[in-house]
Amino acid sequence: MQVFSDSFITAFYLIISGDPDLFEIIFLSIKVSLTSLLGSVIIGLPLGAFLAIHRFKMRSIVLSVLNALMGMPPVVVGLIVYLYLSRSGPLGFLSLLYTPTAMIIAQMLLVIPIIAALSAQIIEDLHSEYNDLFRSLNVSTTKAVIAYIYDARISLLTIVLAGFGRAISEVGAVSIVGGNIDHLTRVMTTAIALETSKGNLSLALALGIILLAIALGVNLFAARAKYWVTDRQDV
Amino acid sequence: MSDTNLIKTQLEYNLLPIEYCSVSFHKSGIRLIDRVSFKLISKGITVILGPNGAGKSILLRLMHGLDIPNEGKVLFEGVVADEKIRRKQAMVFQNAILLRRSVIENLSFVANLHQPKKSSNLIELLAEVGLADKQHMPARRLSGGEKQRLSLARALVCQPELLLLDEPTASLDPYSVQMIETLLSKFRHRNTKIIFITHDLNQARRLAEDIIFIHKGKLEAFQPADAFFEKPDSDFAQAFISGRLIF
Repeated sequence: MQVFSDSFITAFYLIISGDPDLFEIIFLSIKVSLTSLLGSVIIGLPLGAFLAIHRFKMRSIVLSVLNALMGMPPVVVGLIVYLYLSRSGPLGFLSLLYTPTAMIIAQMLLVIPIIAALSAQIIEDLHSEYNDLFRSLNVSTTKAVIAYIYDARISLLTIVLAGFGRAISEVGAVSIVGGNIDHLTRVMTTAIALETSKGNLSLALALGIILLAIALGVNLFAARAKYWVTDRQDV
Repeated sequence: MSDTNLIKTQLEYNLLPIEYCSVSFHKSGIRLIDRVSFKLISKGITVILGPNGAGKSILLRLMHGLDIPNEGKVLFEGVVADEKIRRKQAMVFQNAILLRRSVIENLSFVANLHQPKKSSNLIELLAEVGLADKQHMPARRLSGGEKQRLSLARALVCQPELLLLDEPTASLDPYSVQMIETLLSKFRHRNTKIIFITHDLNQARRLAEDIIFIHKGKLEAFQPADAFFEKPDSDFAQAFISGRLIF
């Protein structure tokens, strides 16, 4: 019990004192996760919109594959990215293994299916609701997609935040392709795993507290955004 | 501009005559519209009457290009509708389709598709349908009658030459019905051709200049309103007017 309380006190001290090692890990985590999230939104959202409004032969298969990929184990993604980026792999010449870029790629592969599959469902619902109106008004596909995204913005924001949660809390894939190298690819989740195994509970706890705070902050932001849009803007 | 060009330009803004040339439409093996032919030449209001499931809505959707005939053609001024012709039309649906936005944003969305209009014009339009004081309210929180009035206002933003309405006053209170009828009368006098579906025979008597009556996808009568109510061309139409059910 003494060890537990001491670890907590030290953990809070590390946070309050602005421990440089701790905050280096936090900033790298956020940077990697936000970058992967941005890339995933750029790819996943148009892909979701495309799947929502276009009918083609393999559509149901593509959607099924995307749904299945949402639950893909991160270590499998890590392994696949590792095989591609390793020196003997097809993309080995890029020398990306054990870099933050490799971690971003791995996280994107985990987040893109979430954003694409869930946004496809939301936009498809809106598309079936608006379709007659938009056809009646001769609305172009581009303008229709913009309208769908705008009108479903709160639901889509929730999806994006779920994607961020998946990215920042992920440990298996980033530890395989990032290598958990100190001052280079060590992020919160891999650091927590490492420091716990080393018995350095205070740093692990400090990182855990920050991770929880980020998760809580993201959810509060989502709830606030929903309130702001639905009530203050009154739409 | 030469006289010929002037005449041509003026004609371009006229979608009449609207002609159904042996139009048929079927879905899942069921023939919903069966070789319907007629030619609408009169301006003003044409009312489509018929029992439930007769094919009235499909007739309107075919006119608007939302459904494509399996056989036959719908012609405007002798030509099949292209995007330019469709831009001159607007449709109000039976179940109001409203964007998940405020009342005024529902109008500005349509206004910006064509040419950006001043927000003051849109507010004037909202005032015409009695919704000016609700411009910032979420459109989905409006009552059924208000939603239909907003749908009508949105259709009028495009300043259509042909306005199609699918039971715009179904299940509305008398105030909303009267407001919509007043608006329709106003737009009729602004050279907008109006075609609408109703089950309300009194409303049809009040507004219609001619009547299209269909039953089981077939055209049973197409007559001036006075003649139709006095002596319809079809036994089915006579039964419909006299309130006898037809299946």
